[in-house]
This record gives sequence, C-alpha cells and structure tokens, in this order.
Amino acid sequence: MANALLRDSLLVSNLEIVPGRRVRTHLGLVQGSTVRSKHVGRDLLAGLKNIVGGELKGYTELMQEAREEATQRMMAQATSIGANAVLNVRYQATSITMGAAEILAYGTAVVLE
Amino acid sequence: MESIQWLIFLALLALGYFVGRWNERAHFKSIREREAKYAKVLAFAVRYPPDVVTPQECRLVSGSVVISSDYFKQCVAGLRTLGGGRLSSYESLLDRARREATLRMKEQAQRFGSTLIVNVKVETTTVSGGARKGLPAMEVMAYGTALKSAAPRAPAP
Repeated sequence: MANALLRDSLLVSNLEIVPGRRVRTHLGLVQGSTVRSKHVGRDLLAGLKNIVGGELKGYTELMQEAREEATQRMMAQATSIGANAVLNVRYQATSITMGAAEILAYGTAVVLE
Repeated sequence: MESIQWLIFLALLALGYFVGRWNERAHFKSIREREAKYAKVLAFAVRYPPDVVTPQECRLVSGSVVISSDYFKQCVAGLRTLGGGRLSSYESLLDRARREATLRMKEQAQRFGSTLIVNVKVETTTVSGGARKGLPAMEVMAYGTALKSAAPRAPAP
C-alpha cells in the first residue's frame, strides 16, 4: 500500500526529460541496491531444470523482486531529499557468487514544475 | 560401473535433446503468437520521445526472464568451442530470452494503457545458476518508458 502511494507521488522514468514538464531543481544522483540469493530448494530445482532447459521461473522471480526492492530504495532516497521525480533511471545486475546477485538502480532526482 | 555412468550421460543427453527441443519449439510458437498480439505496442530505442502536442503520462516498464540451456545444447556447445565458430544452440537461446523479455515489457505497457515505449534498453547478465557451477543461465531484461496521452486538460480561459 505504502509502495503504491510512493509510486503515485513520484515519477520514475528512464527518459532524460519529461514531455510537457520542466525540471525546476536538480538534486543529484540517487541510488538503491540489494543483494539477493536463492534458497537451496529452489537452487536444486533450477539445477534439474538445466537438463531440459527453458525458463527458470524461480530465478526470474528473484530478479524481479530484487529489482523492485532496489527501485523502492532509490525512490525512498529520492523522496527523502524532496524530489518528485527520478529521471534517467538505469539498472545494473552483477552476479557476486554462485546464486547471489546484486541489483543496482540509479537515477537523477529532480523537482519538476 | 563405468557403463552406468555412460548410461546416465546418454539418458541426460537424450532427455535434453527431446524435451529441450520440444520446449524450444513451444516457446517460439508462443513468442510468435504474442508478438502478433502486441504488434500495436511500438518499442523504440530513441533517447527522446517524439514531439507530441498533448502532454504525456509516462511510466517505467520492464520485462525480464531467466533462461537456461538444456544438457544437449551444453554438450554441443562444449564440443563446438574446441573448433570455434558460431554456437548456434546458444544463439537461439538468447534470441528466445530477448524476445520474451521485450514481450513482457510490452505486456506491461499495454496494461498501463500505452502503445509507445521509448528509450528501450536491453541488458543481459549471467546468473550463476544452480547447484553445479558453470551452468549457463542468462537473465535478459528489457526496460523503457511507456508514454500515453494524459487526460485532456481544461482549456485555458
């Protein structure tokens, strides 16, 4: 619920400009990141799935959850410094060790008119 | 003892070949169907939105998929790297993943009510998959900004 409210009040986009609106203040870089890993059961299932190939749904979910979390953290940071939009958002994913990945979301916090 | 190992290897190979092939075919079929369905949602890699007169509402949309190769493909690719050249078994794997990710992004855009996505970026990461090391599992993510016309404003007095 709180997430939905946050999302409504804050505009997140990977464009550098917002059509029809002007940037009033530029607040600098904001970022959010998270490191996630899978539990063993899912890992084993993924190992089995590797024999026949195809989508590893558990991992897809993991990455999506992690990305959502990273975005939320970035948005929280943007809200705390008084921004109402984050522009030019980018995502980056790095695998750290086996079964663990870091997801980073970063962008420019701005105040739109 | 050795013959049992060979048997397991061959069984995995056969399983990978038949089930993997069937999976891939089914996936490509579903991709083609959905590509036709979402043909109206346009995705561009341009950095700036087209000049539009109406104010736009925008939202970040994304789609991602983690995909892994089957045992047969791994073995073929392993042999192939000895001589070098195209690893077509992995090419089709990544093609599937990219198209799937793009489709999921388009699906999200359509749910938002948009038919235009700009500044699309596609990113690929290796997910070190599973209990055994070195299993090729790739994550592909596509993201961009979906635009739609905002509700018409009251005309200025």
